[in-house]
Amino acid sequence: MGRKILSLLLVAMLAISLFAGCAKAPEKEEPKAPEQEEPKATEEEKQEEPKKEATEDFKVGFVTDTGGIDDRSFNQGTWEGIVKYAEEKGWTEGTEYQYIQSNEEADYIPNLSAFGDDNYNLVIAAGFLFEKAMKEVPPQYPNTNFAIIDAIVEQPNVASVTFAEEQGSFLVGVAAAKTTKTKKVGFVGGMDFPLIRHFHAGFAAGVHSVDPSIEIVDQYAGAFDNPGTGQQIASTMYEQGVDVIYHAAGGTGNGVINEAKNRVSNGENVWVIGVDKNQYADGIYDKENNKSVVLTSMMKRVDVAAYNIIEAAQKGEFPGGKVTALTLADDGVGIPKENPNLSDDIIKTINEYKEKIVKGEITVPNNMEDLKAFEENLK
Amino acid sequence: MLKFITDEKNQRFIVPLVSVFLGFIAGAIIMMITGINPIEGYRALIKGVVGNPRRFGEWIVASTPLILSGLAIAFGLRTGVFNIGVEGQLIAGSFAAAAVGILIELPRFIHLPMVMLAAAIAGALWGLIPGFLKAKFKVHEVVVGIMLNYTALHLVNYAIKILPGSTNTKTVDIFESANLSSKFLSSITKHSRLHWGFIIAFLGALIFWYIIERTTFGYELRSVGFNPHASEYAGMKVERNIVYSMMISGAFAGLAGAMISVGTFNYARVIGGFEGYGLDGIAVALLGNNGGLGILISGFLFGALKAGSSAMALAKVPKEIAEIIMAFIVLFAAMNYGIKRLILYLRKEEK
Amino acid sequence: MEYIIEMLNIRKEFPGIVANDNITLQVKPGEIHALLGENGAGKSTLMSVLFGLYKPEAGEIRVRGKRVNITDPNVANALGIGMVHQHFKLVHNFTVTENIILGQEPTERGRINIKKAAKDIKKLSETYGLEVDPYAIIEDITVGMQQRVEILKMLYRNAEILIFDEPTAALTPQEIAELMEIMRRLVEEGKSIILITHKLKEIKEVADRCTIIRRGKYIDTVDVATTSEEKLASLMVGREVSFKVEKDKAKPRENVLRISDLVVRDSRGLKAVDGLNLEINAGEILGIAGVDGNGQTELLEAISGLRKVEEGKIELLGKDITNMHVRNRTETGIGHIPQDRHKHGLVLDFKLSENLILQTYYKEPYSKNGLLNDAAINEKAQELIDEFDVRSGQGINTMTRAMSGGNQQKAIIAREVDRSPALLIAGQPTRGLDVGAIEFIHKKLIEERDKGRAVLLVSLELDEIMNVSDRIAVIFEGKIVGIVEAEKATERQLGLMMAGSTHDKEEGDM
Repeated sequence: MGRKILSLLLVAMLAISLFAGCAKAPEKEEPKAPEQEEPKATEEEKQEEPKKEATEDFKVGFVTDTGGIDDRSFNQGTWEGIVKYAEEKGWTEGTEYQYIQSNEEADYIPNLSAFGDDNYNLVIAAGFLFEKAMKEVPPQYPNTNFAIIDAIVEQPNVASVTFAEEQGSFLVGVAAAKTTKTKKVGFVGGMDFPLIRHFHAGFAAGVHSVDPSIEIVDQYAGAFDNPGTGQQIASTMYEQGVDVIYHAAGGTGNGVINEAKNRVSNGENVWVIGVDKNQYADGIYDKENNKSVVLTSMMKRVDVAAYNIIEAAQKGEFPGGKVTALTLADDGVGIPKENPNLSDDIIKTINEYKEKIVKGEITVPNNMEDLKAFEENLK
Repeated sequence: MLKFITDEKNQRFIVPLVSVFLGFIAGAIIMMITGINPIEGYRALIKGVVGNPRRFGEWIVASTPLILSGLAIAFGLRTGVFNIGVEGQLIAGSFAAAAVGILIELPRFIHLPMVMLAAAIAGALWGLIPGFLKAKFKVHEVVVGIMLNYTALHLVNYAIKILPGSTNTKTVDIFESANLSSKFLSSITKHSRLHWGFIIAFLGALIFWYIIERTTFGYELRSVGFNPHASEYAGMKVERNIVYSMMISGAFAGLAGAMISVGTFNYARVIGGFEGYGLDGIAVALLGNNGGLGILISGFLFGALKAGSSAMALAKVPKEIAEIIMAFIVLFAAMNYGIKRLILYLRKEEK
Repeated sequence: MEYIIEMLNIRKEFPGIVANDNITLQVKPGEIHALLGENGAGKSTLMSVLFGLYKPEAGEIRVRGKRVNITDPNVANALGIGMVHQHFKLVHNFTVTENIILGQEPTERGRINIKKAAKDIKKLSETYGLEVDPYAIIEDITVGMQQRVEILKMLYRNAEILIFDEPTAALTPQEIAELMEIMRRLVEEGKSIILITHKLKEIKEVADRCTIIRRGKYIDTVDVATTSEEKLASLMVGREVSFKVEKDKAKPRENVLRISDLVVRDSRGLKAVDGLNLEINAGEILGIAGVDGNGQTELLEAISGLRKVEEGKIELLGKDITNMHVRNRTETGIGHIPQDRHKHGLVLDFKLSENLILQTYYKEPYSKNGLLNDAAINEKAQELIDEFDVRSGQGINTMTRAMSGGNQQKAIIAREVDRSPALLIAGQPTRGLDVGAIEFIHKKLIEERDKGRAVLLVSLELDEIMNVSDRIAVIFEGKIVGIVEAEKATERQLGLMMAGSTHDKEEGDM
């Protein structure tokens, strides 16, 4: 008896799986078929003629680091840029664009290679952790273009995208200097390496350009994913009299924001400056009046970077072997359009500085030595 | 056929095979529920493992540390200790290997063995601590092992940073003479990271089998593992053997760590948390029935699921499916009694 | 209805072995029917078939004259068949009542009515003379009491046919007497009993009829009243069995073991052996008689090196071994048949061959250059199982766990005796074994004596001590309270000494 039931179950399962296989296949192909035929049938075909070679079967792959696609940081941002482009072109996920999440660091190379094996046209990865993998994989796949965000890799088929984080940080530094009442501002970094020093130096330069007497307290949390530490550091800083903190610490920064929210709810007057994206919504403590502790944010448009690079690649203008540095001038970095917490006066000052930077009248330092020289000049 | 399956003598490998089979069936059901065609999913998995020479190479690369950490767990289980500290011993081993590979430069035929030895010793020393505490003070090895995993993680993260040339995230590359990589292996597998480590995994399985089954020492260790009272009665030094068991288990774990640092990466990395090789080792040992050959096979199976998951992702099968299949296989392997009953049931019906 | 249970021509096979070959068992209503057989004869298999745990290959089962198909224990229960297992199946931190109702809880709107259950149980226990406190926690009551709980469990489920599987194995003599009384009472109240045992005394005492099986085959069903113990024994073993141990007078020679002022603490830290003195000579068997728990276990462990000696001195062949490591003692000349053969005597998950070299595995020829020499090991193992008649399913490759108790014990004795130790320690060597095995072991001990070894025998069975020993030392509260010549000793005299009376000291070198 029991054995019969068991074998029946197995047969049923096999049948279902076969059925599923048959049923799925046409479903998938049917909607695709007209799509493919349509452009050929319409006049667009002629218009698109010269581009067609590049357009046909263009496939974009994205490899995340271990943070995954929903990290509320640069993986997510990059993916949003890819999705935006794909939606405009009417692409479907899995056919024209796709991502693979890395379970561990050891997966970076095989995941990049997997796209290469499948002859993807463009493979994107975000984060300097991919630097080494991006040096090793692209030479094996000369027909595929690769793009890395936040690091520089010198390979003919790799485009590097970097951001002038120091320029955006300069602007939020100005905002901080104009806002602080205590003449004390703080900087919280995630981990202490050169990239984060861009933020640090730019911010300090901005603050001291406005008022060299303002004291800047800084601390590195040692992690990008530890809100607890972030909150502790923020608490210490606010206790010392700091009233504006700029964080460049990813998830750790959420702790900074939380601490500020608590203090503002208790009647204190403190601020946080967000990073990477517009963090205004993260800092809302009074929903009804839409009040937030986030003064402004230093936005880093990884989504724009991703979008642009796909566009360029598809146009056949892929900047292989080149470094694209996105600056204030390209709106690659900057502050949000809407800044409810900044007075028009402050915004005006920020815009003045922005102009000077864009024009090259001010060169913002991106490391601590240059910062020292910069501050000497101010005196 | 049925006779063959139900035969008592064949249970040792029939039960794991049935577990694997059921695991894949369960994975297929999950895929169906989530609207994925399981045939497509498994085709992608197979393609992801043997689809081209590079993938084949990556499969071996992914399997190598799994086999060694499986051997580490199994060596403990065969000799009566539950070495949950494999994760920490592995981290210690991976660091020791990289450190010897960075700090000194020697001809390869001396350097590479030295690197491996360093990894094994580091793992063994990290295993010695829980072993000693268990033998001397009856402190449970699982508690100490878990603590030492964290200790190893943070200590190694710190130690990496003080090696010359290290950044905040990794060390410099190790000397060519100390790494396992091979231009030859890489070229025949279309630039995969395939390295000589698989030979160490094979040798490890052979040594495991040899120690356990063939040597007088292994006889003692097994005896202590099965029945410490009878072993004491027979004049064996039970406490000393517990320490040896932990150390040998730790040495296998240390070698697994070397596979990662001087095999897969060629440098040691600061890691934010455990990468789970120790836990994977439990799964590998469980499915492999704690035997050398069984662990080799189950290590390659789990390696395939790991390595194949990127290809599955490309075929729009979420990588989690591969993890679910692994989990189901482990679950069914752990239910080995239940599966035996099922087979027994088949036998009854047959008559 | 002539028979309440009939098992006709039952055949049950396991891979490589026929456990039951054409066995017939017919039980009349209201009788105590003994099922007699050596260890491994197939008694348990037969009862498992009746209880629905195994499906027989051939034969049929009738209950109350009707043919039934017992597919699992629930069916057996529904037919009124209940079983008291050798190893009780009780939840140790539950009360008696909770254990009895487990699975059959009387509930009211989802809640268990414990009071009602306790009352029912009280009534049951009064009807059958099974005195027990319904609210006592299992781990607080004696083994005998626990067995009553098991019996009550069956009665609570209205069992009519009760199977007792080796019920006296773990009981004290007093508890055994009480159990016999309970069984008689149960039969008076209309129950039928199948008693699985290999103890002839018990069968003679309570059983009405007895079915004997040997090596899986049906031998005979006899009336107990008209069959002598000797006859039962020979039917069971298949040859004549002598209950008297045949032996010549001992020819004691030089001293082998000398223990002076020994103090040993037990696991709780109390003095279990407290100033004990003892001497054993080559060529004699010294029996240690005593009630369980008077320091026998600790004494044996101290001599063999498993337990630390607090004070005093142990000398073997003139060498001080008081603080010597176990291995060195073994090599100096100790063979040890431990009291708890599963805990100390064997590695149950080893093959038989591996267990047979447990004391010598590190020596040539079994170990050469650190490697096991399978050929030598297997040869030795084969030689030992042939010589000591150790029976098992797959010979030297059998998993020791799968062997019967008697054969496990024979394996230990083979291993220990084979090394020809000057001193052979035997701790309760026949506990739980059938007459065939007991006879064999006694013969071996005497053989060893005659070869000039000193034998130290500890047993809780006074019969055994009196039959096998040359001299008997009585232990009480960790001291030897007297030593008597076995030939001159009487049961009464020893009983008094075991209870602490010392006035009967006849000879004593202390």
